[in-house]
Amino acid sequence: MTTTDIPAPTARPKRPATAPKRRPKREREGAAWVFLSPWVLGAIVLTLLPMAVSLYLSFTDYNLFDPPQWVGLRNYTQMFTEDPRYWRSVVTTVTYVVIAVPLQLALALVVALALKSMKRGKAFYRSAFYAPSLLGASMSIALVWRAVFNDGGTVDNLLGTGGWVNKPGWALLAVALLTVWQFGAPMVIFLAGLQQIPAELYEAAAVDGAGKWRQFLSVTVPMLSPVLFFNLVLQTIQAFQVFTPAFAVSAGKGGPADSTLVYTMYLYDRGFVASHMGYASAMAWVLLLVIGVVTAVLFRTSRSWVFYASEGDR
Amino acid sequence: MTTTATSTAAPRKPVAWGRIALHLGCLAALLVMLYPLAWLLATSLKPANEVIASLDLLPSRLEWSNYTTAFEGVNDVSIWRLLSNSLLIAGGAVLGNVISCSLAAYAFARLRFRFRGPLFAFMIATIMLPHHAILIPQYIIFNQLGLVNTYWPLILPKFLATEAFFVFLIVQFMRGLPRELEEAARIDGCGPFRSFFQVVLPLTRPALITTAIFTFIWTWNDFFTQLIYLFDPEKFTLTLALRSFVDASSQSSFGPMFAMSVIALLPIVLFFLAFQRFLVEGMASSGLKG
Repeated sequence: MTTTDIPAPTARPKRPATAPKRRPKREREGAAWVFLSPWVLGAIVLTLLPMAVSLYLSFTDYNLFDPPQWVGLRNYTQMFTEDPRYWRSVVTTVTYVVIAVPLQLALALVVALALKSMKRGKAFYRSAFYAPSLLGASMSIALVWRAVFNDGGTVDNLLGTGGWVNKPGWALLAVALLTVWQFGAPMVIFLAGLQQIPAELYEAAAVDGAGKWRQFLSVTVPMLSPVLFFNLVLQTIQAFQVFTPAFAVSAGKGGPADSTLVYTMYLYDRGFVASHMGYASAMAWVLLLVIGVVTAVLFRTSRSWVFYASEGDR
Repeated sequence: MTTTATSTAAPRKPVAWGRIALHLGCLAALLVMLYPLAWLLATSLKPANEVIASLDLLPSRLEWSNYTTAFEGVNDVSIWRLLSNSLLIAGGAVLGNVISCSLAAYAFARLRFRFRGPLFAFMIATIMLPHHAILIPQYIIFNQLGLVNTYWPLILPKFLATEAFFVFLIVQFMRGLPRELEEAARIDGCGPFRSFFQVVLPLTRPALITTAIFTFIWTWNDFFTQLIYLFDPEKFTLTLALRSFVDASSQSSFGPMFAMSVIALLPIVLFFLAFQRFLVEGMASSGLKG
């Protein structure tokens, strides 16, 4: 089974017609709902209800203490027309996504290709390259990042650039590099995808006189495209929500000059620091819509470049 | 990838320069990647005046006092307190996720019920739902219930299978199990509950272990949720205590700060070393997140 197929929800598992029907159907359906009850409760109380609440709050002024005041579209109009910091956070986030995601995926793909044909050491490299994906999400590593990219830190010493985290044009790059550093997770998925490409395809291509490069373009790329697409969608969605590294690198301020004020950090600032919960809810809904639209656009363009092998699962 | 040394079948094995170059390249990349970790370890042992402005990775002398300072904790809260807070939250999250996600997964993978298709689609969709879209109202709900500044908002959602990623992971695993076993159990008179507990659940162990390890590591690393829900220093986790250093990190507190960072990172490193197989395989086969 490839890593990408989120199974079609309608694909009911087949049951042999001969399966004994001991218990009445009703009772088994009841059992299903018992198993499902924690999830159903969570989905209603902690997902659907909060979404409805946040949509409502996005049309109000709410500071957690006084009852919400209905203000119509004011949060939204203020956000789009009167709040330069909001736009600053949008530009910052988009810049970050555009830098971090392609770099991370490119590195993941190159390393996965390098490891693919390796006989010895593959398991070791795979684990070693994956490690930062787990460690990198921690505050510990984010603090290391700030120090290494600070004035007098390693990067300054090596490149003589001064401290990146103090320079408006460079601080965001330091944050992006922390994300790129965690390329191990998509790499592992790429590698799994590469290993599922049947060797016969390469043999057939070689017989037809295709060189390595031609094989890469005509076999690897199309066969890997579903996995590439999957990684692209997931990493993009995650990148839009970046928080911890920006928080640590800028000491919780989004500086210098708001250059690392990513969207979620401004949302945190509005909601939890300034207590404008209505405004923050409106920001959350715009984020939800933007991620939805970006995902939809990616799905749409995928029709022209993602190739699904017709024979189903394998 | 041009270096892949599948050198066209020569009669005698030539020196595989391509392969050697490949390994050298990978090792060089690894050195760069592991540098931040080495730096962290080295810095946690450096005297205050060497922390910055020195290219040397190795300290001139080992400053163990950084660790003794770190063990004293932050804001008058001892590190043991912080550690046990972190462990309590991570442990509760692991328990919650393993129980609730396996229950939901069994229903989705094996049982039939009305609206199964749409509900499954909804479950998958919540994987993509940005965290922040529901975080504020969740906060407001927990605030209304008077549960802010307790561990409930961090643990309770896990008992309600809100991490759809793990439901999906376990569903995928259960679908791979042979159906015949449950059918045999059914003929022997097992209802869905006994089939689940006695037949399916034991076989699902690898997926449950993967769920447990990922939950532990992600919860341990989590920052945002802890940041908004906890503000009593006594209730802080290690991650939050490190945050106190973020605001005011003078040169002098650098050593202890990184000593504490090492301590905070240690459980993850140990988990990784012990379970890397599960982690990498789980990642590859279910293919989500990092």
